[in-house]
Amino acid sequence: MVLNVLRGLIGLLLLAQASMAGAVLSIEIIGAGEHQIPVAIVPLGGDDKLAQSIHEVVASDLQRTGLFRLVDPAGKLPHELAEVSYPDWQVRGAEALAIGTVAVQANGRIEARFRLLDAVKQTELVGQAVSAGEGQVRAVGHRIADLIYEKLTGNKGVFSTRIVFVNREGKKFRLIVADSDGYNEQTVLAQNEPIMSPAWSPDGSHLAYVSFETGHAAVYVQSLYTNLRLVLANYRGSNSAPAWSPDGRQLAVVLTRDGSSQIYLVRPDGSALRRITFSGAIDTEPNFSPDGQYLLFTSDRGGSAQIYRIPVEGGAAQRMTFGEGSNFSPRHSPDGKSFVCTHLVNGKFHIAVQDFQTGQMAVLTEGGWEKKPSFASNGKIILFASEARGRGILATVSSDGRIKQHMFAQSGDAREPVWGP
Amino acid sequence: MKKIVVSIILLNLLAACASQKPQEPAAPAPVTTAPAPAPAAPPAAAVTAPAPVAQIAVDPLNDPSSILAKRSVYYPFDVAVVQDNDKPIVQAHAKYLSEHANRKVRLEGNCDERGSNEYNLGLGQRRADGVKKMLMLGGVKDGQLDSVSYGEEKPRASGHDEASWSQNRRTDLNYAK
Repeated sequence: MVLNVLRGLIGLLLLAQASMAGAVLSIEIIGAGEHQIPVAIVPLGGDDKLAQSIHEVVASDLQRTGLFRLVDPAGKLPHELAEVSYPDWQVRGAEALAIGTVAVQANGRIEARFRLLDAVKQTELVGQAVSAGEGQVRAVGHRIADLIYEKLTGNKGVFSTRIVFVNREGKKFRLIVADSDGYNEQTVLAQNEPIMSPAWSPDGSHLAYVSFETGHAAVYVQSLYTNLRLVLANYRGSNSAPAWSPDGRQLAVVLTRDGSSQIYLVRPDGSALRRITFSGAIDTEPNFSPDGQYLLFTSDRGGSAQIYRIPVEGGAAQRMTFGEGSNFSPRHSPDGKSFVCTHLVNGKFHIAVQDFQTGQMAVLTEGGWEKKPSFASNGKIILFASEARGRGILATVSSDGRIKQHMFAQSGDAREPVWGP
Repeated sequence: MKKIVVSIILLNLLAACASQKPQEPAAPAPVTTAPAPAPAAPPAAAVTAPAPVAQIAVDPLNDPSSILAKRSVYYPFDVAVVQDNDKPIVQAHAKYLSEHANRKVRLEGNCDERGSNEYNLGLGQRRADGVKKMLMLGGVKDGQLDSVSYGEEKPRASGHDEASWSQNRRTDLNYAK
């Protein structure tokens, strides 16, 4: 059996690393923040000489959050501080103003100088140089949008982060990594057998996932830089539900090699396998707390699927969900104060958040087919799988439930999404 | 596999009466779009066909009228115990397999799309393992059996209603060739 885990490094054939002109996901926004911040984004000086407009990226990032109202510069195009006439912006109702310049260096590097100004107090909120390698215009835009978002809302921006999901089209499955706005699609794995449960390593360099390519569920770990991968767990029965510890030094996985689905810990190279749960029930979907001390997981040990918590070193499990219905797919919020899960009641699946301290559960969605939630790294947005127009789609909801987005794949069903670091 | 059995029968018929086109099997249209699940064998054609070739030891596994032709058992929602009306199917396969120690079967547990993918993977494995346990109690050796789960990843019926779900909650007994 030990030989089964002896993993050779398998060099994957480079799978189509499609860098698409358009986004792999098209996005619809539903709802808006209670108070939208009016902000004017002046196109950077030199923006019109770039292959792709930074301005469009910044504007679209901010608009998608539902938290901002973009004020039309209406012909006023200051790029330097000295060119700014604050009354021009106050009459337009702008509370903040973004200006700057961008240029491509001789070596192809893109360098932007950017300032965010408080149009009311007439002060500079942030001034920063943002640069990226050749062709990385969108990355510059996302970074600027992150800075604006952080200064104006007090929360970290997540425009520079990535998501992973599985696209299913007929019998064809693709594991796809994309920017959080759906651009820069990268196909990590494409095959005619199911792929499920992708999991980001904490530094975003690797994905663990479940693939059925050998005829049954086995867990693999793959580098997003080299595409090299290894078999993490391929025991008899099903191997699934990988989850990384916050320090990246171990993973929790679910194996049926000793009977029913039970949780084990294993090092990222597949060594030092240890069993954590001993229930005889289905124990699955482990998720580490941000401090690395606990695992949340789904179990039907009480008769229906509910969320439980157990110390990472093993021990007594504590049941966390008690109300009507059953619950699946728990994930800690980044601050560790709450968790999000799929809440099933009266045949409907919803995304719900439960506070650890009060034990109160708040249901955030009402469609009835919302599953598999994960937090963005700032804890403000939750990504999940849903359905619209007969297709599997990705969707987001702000953690206050007010703002929603639907993200449609170009074709087929999008499923199993996870927001990455 | 089942399709292959059917096509072998058809091929034999073609060889036996080259001029006579065998009747098209009136496939009992299943409620779904998925690959024809039931062994849609054409018993009518098989019975009326002349038997010019002396059959050597008929394998009851290939007899479409045998209970062994049934290769799936079905479950209620979130249940992994073989239901009473499906028990004779598992028992018949247990008897066959214990008498044919060279035959191997792969037990494939499936679920409907309700629940989480991972929970359903566990549930499908529990379904397949439940059938495996019954077969072993019936005298089948562990080495003849392999149990896997597809969870909700390989639905036979793709609708989002009970008509589809009830077909997807099942364990298939898949004989190795």
